[in-house]
Amino acid sequence: MAEFEPQIIAFCCNWCTYAAADLAGTSRVHYPPNVKIVRVMCSGMVNPIYVLKAFEGGADGVLVAGCHHSDCHYIDGPVKCDAMVDKLRKVLHVLGLEDERLRREMISTSEGTVFARVVKEFVEQLKKLGLSPFSSLRKERVAV
Amino acid sequence: MEEIKTGVYICHCGLNIAGVVNVEDVAKYAATLPSVVIAREYRYMCSDPGQDLIRNDIKKLGINRVVVASCSPRMHEPTFRKTVADAGLNPYLYEHANIREHCSWVHDDKELATKKAKDLVRAAVRRVYRHEPLVVKEVPLNPNVLVVGGGIAGMQAALDIADGHHKVYLVEKDPSIGGHMIQLDRTFPTLDCSECILTPKMSDVGHHPFIELLAYSEVEEVSGSIGNFKVKVRKKARHIDESKCIGCSVCEEKCPWKTDSEFEMGLAKRKAVYIPFAQAIPHLAVVDPDLCAYIKSDGKKCGACIKACEAQAITPETLLKQTDEIVEFDVGTIIVATGYDQFDPSVIPQYGYGRYDNVVTGLHFERMTCAAGPTGGKVLLKDGRQPASMALVHCVGSRDQNYHEYCSRVCCMYALKYAHLAKELTKADVYQFYIDMRCFGEGYEEFYKRLSEEGVNFIRGKVARITDEALTDEEKGKLVVISEDTLLGKLVRVPVDMVILCCALEPRSDVEKVGSLFGINRRADGFFLERHVKLDPVATPTEGVFIAGCCEGPRDIPDTVAQAEATAAKALSLISRGVVTTEAAISTVDEDICHGCGRCEEICDFHAPKVTSKNGKLVSTINEALCKGCGACAVICPTGAISIKHFTQDEILAQVAALTEVS
Repeated sequence: MAEFEPQIIAFCCNWCTYAAADLAGTSRVHYPPNVKIVRVMCSGMVNPIYVLKAFEGGADGVLVAGCHHSDCHYIDGPVKCDAMVDKLRKVLHVLGLEDERLRREMISTSEGTVFARVVKEFVEQLKKLGLSPFSSLRKERVAV
Repeated sequence: MEEIKTGVYICHCGLNIAGVVNVEDVAKYAATLPSVVIAREYRYMCSDPGQDLIRNDIKKLGINRVVVASCSPRMHEPTFRKTVADAGLNPYLYEHANIREHCSWVHDDKELATKKAKDLVRAAVRRVYRHEPLVVKEVPLNPNVLVVGGGIAGMQAALDIADGHHKVYLVEKDPSIGGHMIQLDRTFPTLDCSECILTPKMSDVGHHPFIELLAYSEVEEVSGSIGNFKVKVRKKARHIDESKCIGCSVCEEKCPWKTDSEFEMGLAKRKAVYIPFAQAIPHLAVVDPDLCAYIKSDGKKCGACIKACEAQAITPETLLKQTDEIVEFDVGTIIVATGYDQFDPSVIPQYGYGRYDNVVTGLHFERMTCAAGPTGGKVLLKDGRQPASMALVHCVGSRDQNYHEYCSRVCCMYALKYAHLAKELTKADVYQFYIDMRCFGEGYEEFYKRLSEEGVNFIRGKVARITDEALTDEEKGKLVVISEDTLLGKLVRVPVDMVILCCALEPRSDVEKVGSLFGINRRADGFFLERHVKLDPVATPTEGVFIAGCCEGPRDIPDTVAQAEATAAKALSLISRGVVTTEAAISTVDEDICHGCGRCEEICDFHAPKVTSKNGKLVSTINEALCKGCGACAVICPTGAISIKHFTQDEILAQVAALTEVS
């Protein structure tokens, strides 16, 4: 049987982590294709509903990543993001999702290799954790 | 509602994408997606013929949504937005899928990469379906410019802009402009005197009718955005009356209180009231409140300067009552040229800096060789003797994994200059300890060749240790430089009288604070990050903020001046256009849902939302000029009344759902 390949949705801020992922590409730093990135303007823009939607859809892990606190393009988006993630963790706990499935990172524009490392680590971690409890909910949806 | 017809365009990017992703397969798949009426693949979508495919489909097939799957949107989203706008479609009815940086360049499994590319395209199609046309507005750009930093970079940028008859505010934190360059004695490879070429520029800056010089000042706050920044500057108290001071220095002569001169690198003393150096601009005295006995004793002690000042620029009033002044003004563009710090070699204990008197840094040596400097241009040991032998240690703090991995770019050349000056001034034996000689600029290699013929000893090796422990009679009373000579393949011990450490250029100690003040990110090495290392080297992620000189990384004077001129050109080009476009992807409130709780007002750092009463009902309204589109208000809004245009909940949820679907 083929090895379980976890699916990861990453919400990345346009100014830092999305750019870091671009830099990983430009520098050809490889990482597993398990991650798909949603570009948001700021990590503080990530609505908890987006993360829940990803889990509902069957994602095995969600990465929320943006600028370091001092680098924010919008003054203090990362602080707002941290607060959101803290609250959201409690909801995930109630839903029976393991804490490790939601990963919060700060990765700056110049940290392409960090982005690749984080994805690799996350994939390994999720492989150990196994399928998301919601994975059986996966089904074809009506498109558009 | 009009029928949504989407066109999908998959770029091969030569083999950059097509070498890993099966682009034909992705295009075939895209054609099966609901709303897609045409899906094409092409070698280079960004080329003119590639863009023509889109324009023609908009005109002939009537497509009203466009998805391009190619490189990063940070690269070509503006290109394709313009393409669709050229064909008469609203530029926001466009979505970009990143299948190069985030797919073909980072994955090697072709099958999985192709599958991921399909997923990304499916999500983009789903999202573009929900895009709304947005209107980009134009607002006038304030033609005034703020330049931060009065070194050679800041001065050059300020002069170029002011010569075009546009107002420049030049803010310098020190009491005089001039930066590090005014501390240098001669400049490589031409050996022309730094002061001689710099002071005319300093004087021009000081007298320019279009430059308002704010020396001894620091920017405290910046708000607004490109075209309309509001700036708050703290003008530190000089404790003299600037309008009366004539810069005669009599106060300085009479002042009895001394400390090490910053300008002379501690090789000379300065007074509590002082003019930093002879050519200082503005040529005004400044009082050091931590040293002045009159200020410290609240007017009970000293007061020598008050008696000495015939111009009555120093009075009990100025000394005791003068406080910092806050100056506020508006500008349209900002140039940051805040320079570098010299690496502090005392953190490398084996080099003995701070422990041995005659181990000095490059800037100390610059001051020594300067004819107007503390030693009158004589190279002297601490005990006043002239050195008979000297060692120059390259790469102190540079190219070293323990400190800075980068090359500081100027040290090889200034080390050669020191070798030449040392020979000229002292006839000493000179030893250069280098890893590689990097002499890449105009006339640099020729200068290296010249020095090689001047009898300088070049030893290829990184210095391990500097010690005063003598093993032989010859080493007694000397500093012994211990290094490997990698060309001879053996250890060498070279006894010398003086060691000059060619220290790295490093980011300024306040770089983090300055970076966050102006919205400039930093690289891993700590210097400011340019928007694109090759093609946009003086712009930053924040529109309207540019960077010049060593704050962006170590560079020599010619490169710094060229870069400063580039920032001036960028600012002048914006000024000549006269307007800037505002962000269209901003917050909007559904007033039917909003009940005016004010959570948005609390969370917004830009004061964009405001709760007011409309027809007897409390509702929030967004000031479009202030909103930056960060989305914090939409997340906090408990009713879901606020959404961010182009990043609506509906759009992102559709994208996420599409990405998690099993294809």
